[in-house]
Amino acid sequence: MNPEIGHYALVLSLAVAILMTVIPIWGARAGDAALMKVGTTLALVLAGFVGLSFATLVVAYVQSDFSVLNVVENSHSAKPLLYRITGTWGNHEGSMLLWVLVLAIFAALVALFGNNLPARLKANVLGVQGSVATAFLLFILLTSNPFTRVIPPPAEGQDLNPILQDIGLAIHPPLLYLGYVGFSITFAFAVAALIEGRIDATWARWVRPWALTAWAFLTLGIAMGSYWAYYELGWGGWWFWDPVENASLMPWFAGTALIHSAVVMEKRDALKVWTVLLAILAFSLSLLGTFLVRSGVLTSVHAFATDPSRGVFILAILVFFIGGSLALYALRAPMLRQGGLFAPVSREGALVLNNLLLTAAAAAVLVGTLYPLALEALDGSKITVGPPYFNLTVGALMLPVAFAMPFGPLLAWKRGDLIGASQRLMAAFGAGIVIAALAAYAQGGGPVLAPFGMGLAAFVVIGAVAEVIERAGFGRVPRATAFARLRGLPRAVFGGALAHAGVGVCLFGIIAETSWNAERIAGVKVGGSFEVGGYELTLDRLEPRNGPNYRDLVGVFSVRRGGVEHGTIESAKRLFTARNMPTTESGIRTMGFSQLYVSLGDELPGGGVGVRAYWKPFVTLIWIGSIIMALGGALSLSDRRLRVGAPKPAKKPKVKPDPASPVPAE
Amino acid sequence: MRAGFAFLLLTLALAVTPAAAVQPDEVLPDPAQEARARELSKELRCMVCQNQSIDDSDAPLARDLRLLVRERIQDGDSDREVMDYLVARYGEFVLLRPTWHGANAILWLAPFAVLVFGGIGLFVAYRRRAAQAGSADAPAVAPLSPEEEARLRVALGGTASPEGPADVTKL
Repeated sequence: MNPEIGHYALVLSLAVAILMTVIPIWGARAGDAALMKVGTTLALVLAGFVGLSFATLVVAYVQSDFSVLNVVENSHSAKPLLYRITGTWGNHEGSMLLWVLVLAIFAALVALFGNNLPARLKANVLGVQGSVATAFLLFILLTSNPFTRVIPPPAEGQDLNPILQDIGLAIHPPLLYLGYVGFSITFAFAVAALIEGRIDATWARWVRPWALTAWAFLTLGIAMGSYWAYYELGWGGWWFWDPVENASLMPWFAGTALIHSAVVMEKRDALKVWTVLLAILAFSLSLLGTFLVRSGVLTSVHAFATDPSRGVFILAILVFFIGGSLALYALRAPMLRQGGLFAPVSREGALVLNNLLLTAAAAAVLVGTLYPLALEALDGSKITVGPPYFNLTVGALMLPVAFAMPFGPLLAWKRGDLIGASQRLMAAFGAGIVIAALAAYAQGGGPVLAPFGMGLAAFVVIGAVAEVIERAGFGRVPRATAFARLRGLPRAVFGGALAHAGVGVCLFGIIAETSWNAERIAGVKVGGSFEVGGYELTLDRLEPRNGPNYRDLVGVFSVRRGGVEHGTIESAKRLFTARNMPTTESGIRTMGFSQLYVSLGDELPGGGVGVRAYWKPFVTLIWIGSIIMALGGALSLSDRRLRVGAPKPAKKPKVKPDPASPVPAE
Repeated sequence: MRAGFAFLLLTLALAVTPAAAVQPDEVLPDPAQEARARELSKELRCMVCQNQSIDDSDAPLARDLRLLVRERIQDGDSDREVMDYLVARYGEFVLLRPTWHGANAILWLAPFAVLVFGGIGLFVAYRRRAAQAGSADAPAVAPLSPEEEARLRVALGGTASPEGPADVTKL
């Protein structure tokens, strides 16, 4: 396909996006139903054009069309097909195009499935989404055109950064973008509501599915990015507080707060003003992240393209959308009527506490990321804010979140019974103590953090189970009734409990890995062995191997524990010939939830090779827990009440919630 | 017995854990000193790298710094003295954990300020709204407007007029 088709489609997309910004909003103001409806068509057309443009770029990559500058700079004809495809977004221009594609897809989804939305709200939402698309399409066309040609075309491309030549590039960026561009929809809903100056509990019902979708994808995207970094970078870390990780974590915190406060808004008509602000913040932080990464203001491992003019452009976009939406918020928020009252100890109160702590965590990440910049701009002094800062502040804020988490769902709306909730959590608390004691026993002294953290994690997991059991009424009503009730519970209850359990599982992995990991570095000759975490690793052989566009030096290790064979691990040092750049292909063997991790270093002068080996107990739980969280989100999403476009429930319980009822009836 | 074994493993692991990017030839003979060097390395930035500690980095400068840290430790410096020496030489930029003094207090306190002021704000808002509503125990319910009352009567099967046959109160 001709790259000009892609370029032309992109220009057409811009035209469509401008129309989409203007016409539906105008229609909404004028009360013209026909104009408002145009938004739906335009959103679909926009997705079509951006999709065509993106497809054209993918084709240029697959065919190794070296007349396109972007392909020359980031591809190589010897690259395997998968990496030629994923290479499309493994660079600045392509990743921005993917960004806009995801944005357009979300707008199209609203257009398609938003039939139950009031026409005016839908028109405004699409209009806002169109304005974001306009800004980013302008950005691409003016500063980051992926379709620029080179004449004459070189015979061969410069290849993709070897670190990116991995299956991770196929998974991580699309998931991540589905997450934080997904928050553009909640942003659009918030701004649309502010434009109208009207917002009610049904608004929250419409926003929740989108917020949940974005959040689930963002959770997965961050987790996959973490696992990718873990096995690819070769030093066994899974979280680096890299500015780009921070950029994705900030919207995650804001989004997590949002999906919780939206529940309060839907069920109790309270926290409206706050929910709208969170919807704005979640996307603003996504935009800020885009700015930080793409402008090169902060250097990080993700800065594959940095260019000041782009930075200024994105800064302008940032100021317009964040400033504009917050100004609109300041103007309109006082007009929004506040809803239901609640006592401090109540489900709402617990969710407010969760929101407060998550917001403070987002603030910690934000301040930590931006403070060095601000300080340097102010007095020229350079300081570094590194992992110790983030671990301390975010850790301190997340521990109370984890501790409070099992209590929240057990409190009644409006006025909860903390003592009652504590009694119902006794079993979970007991389980936490037992796990902590076991951990302390296994550890046999040393830091108290590990037993404490593991106990807390167990408390969170069992607490989530306890919630479901409690709601079904096991122990209070006959077992058959309880089972019947269990089946009748809304899926959102299971989804919430599952997500909470996921947090506990993830926490367990984090604590176990950080407290109990073992590392070993050694120079090993063929036939030599060393010990790590109780396993004996023997370097059986070192052999060169050739790949399509790289050469490997593979070390094959056999693993033994107490004389028993535990298979082999292959770890490689890979040299990409096009860029003459080495990467480590760490060898990982998963045993239960733990992993043995072997990373090959340089060949040593006296023969043999440098080896770094790690024993990482329960490390996989970090990602398994994250996946469980995302699954919880998906399960909640399948709740019929939340399904996008789902008809209203046949019968709506009109019974007034009884504040004294020990079990909140969701 | 098992605890003993686990403890043994742990001590073994701790004793022989040099750093990630540390080459075998850098490791100090004294395990206690090596452990200290490693902890310090995690707090020091590799200044030519992007967001890596010298403990993680393969860069030559990181290696130089690692060797320097070990040299100072072998010369009998305390952890504090080693850090002070490096800060004097390279500036605070080298520290991954920002210091507390001066403007950096803002950095450290900001998240907790959000927490505290957010909490105070919420409390004040809660008190004000509770006061408005009379008391928090009895959330105010706005009285129905005449139109709403009419709709309610219709919904309950009566007529829109208040004098209609289906009296709401009878239901």
